[in-house]
Amino acid sequence: MKLLTANFITCSVKSCQSVTPALSFRDAELAREEIDFSPLFLRNILPRIDWPLLQRTAKELGFPALPETKPELSPIAEGDEEGVGSEEEQKLLKELHSLLLETSVQSGKLVCANCGHEYPISQGIANFLLPNHLV
Amino acid sequence: MGLPTPDTSHLDSDESIYPPSEDSYLLLDTLSSASESAYLASHFASPSPAPLVLEIGPGSGIVTSFITTFASEIFGRRDVLTLAADVNPAACSGTAQTVGRNLKDAEKGHGIFLDALWVDLDSCLRGGEVDVLVFNPPYVPTESVPVFDENGNCKGESEGMIEAAWAGGKDGMEVTERVLKGLERCLSKRGVAYVLFCAQNRVQEVIGRLEGGEYGRNWKCDIVGRTGKTAGWEKLCIVRITR
Ligand SMILES: [Zn+2]
Repeated sequence: MKLLTANFITCSVKSCQSVTPALSFRDAELAREEIDFSPLFLRNILPRIDWPLLQRTAKELGFPALPETKPELSPIAEGDEEGVGSEEEQKLLKELHSLLLETSVQSGKLVCANCGHEYPISQGIANFLLPNHLV
Repeated sequence: MGLPTPDTSHLDSDESIYPPSEDSYLLLDTLSSASESAYLASHFASPSPAPLVLEIGPGSGIVTSFITTFASEIFGRRDVLTLAADVNPAACSGTAQTVGRNLKDAEKGHGIFLDALWVDLDSCLRGGEVDVLVFNPPYVPTESVPVFDENGNCKGESEGMIEAAWAGGKDGMEVTERVLKGLERCLSKRGVAYVLFCAQNRVQEVIGRLEGGEYGRNWKCDIVGRTGKTAGWEKLCIVRITR
């Protein structure tokens, strides 16, 4: 499971869905797959990121700390169709690309801090099925 | 537009996965039709955040693969993120394989496939994130719908996972009903759902209920694709549902 996906998911238990997403990775084994970098792509992903959640996920998985708040990018200049931006922005977007799209959790589990349910991940696929009594 | 159909031949021998069928092809034709791609390109015009597409029940992955490979042709932009969610773990890995294989020789304008999630419908998705929901449901009327436990084992008599791909319970609508009830939670403010129905699903009545406010709001419905205009039991249509 890619780290960007982790930003879009929550505990399958209904009563957990009204609270702040509280899934944490445990015993995670990471993999990396190279994907073509497009700064414009990342610029358009950034607005949808839940930054506090991404910060937490990155920390759990042992990545260096992300900026305190979601970076604000300056508007892309006329003629900059690829959205390259300044050197500083380019570096930041590359780091986010690597973290969000190229990094995935191959095995381990996701644990809900709210209800304690554990979702196993194996061969890159997370199992979010619930036992019948929790459905 | 005549975009090529994704190759799923690597899954031909796997009988636990729903093979590409008339319903899958109708989804491909509809999403890539001139009118629908024009609609999507204007609805999700840049600059705006990258659209997130979720397919529930991808089976072989043919539809998710198509959307990912032809993001630019369908959406007029390539920054399209795709996710798939299936109750069948073989369909999850099969979908990932299909997307990967077909992206290998794709042109530059393709989107990014994120993951296949092993889950009941969209139950692990955060509310309000999905911009495009695509659902080819189990629509065949049956006595019952198979129920799975957390290990994917089925209770009672069942043909197993493949049954989940077609057995739709009463009027073939039991699973679709659950998705329709969850639309208000699942879809983003700009969200669009494409849901496939067969004639026995009484689609006009369903549209009446969707528009009449029985599913959380007065949804706007348009039939945007259909097959078999002569009455046959497998007459299929696709309804586009928006806020
Ligand atoms: Zn929970």
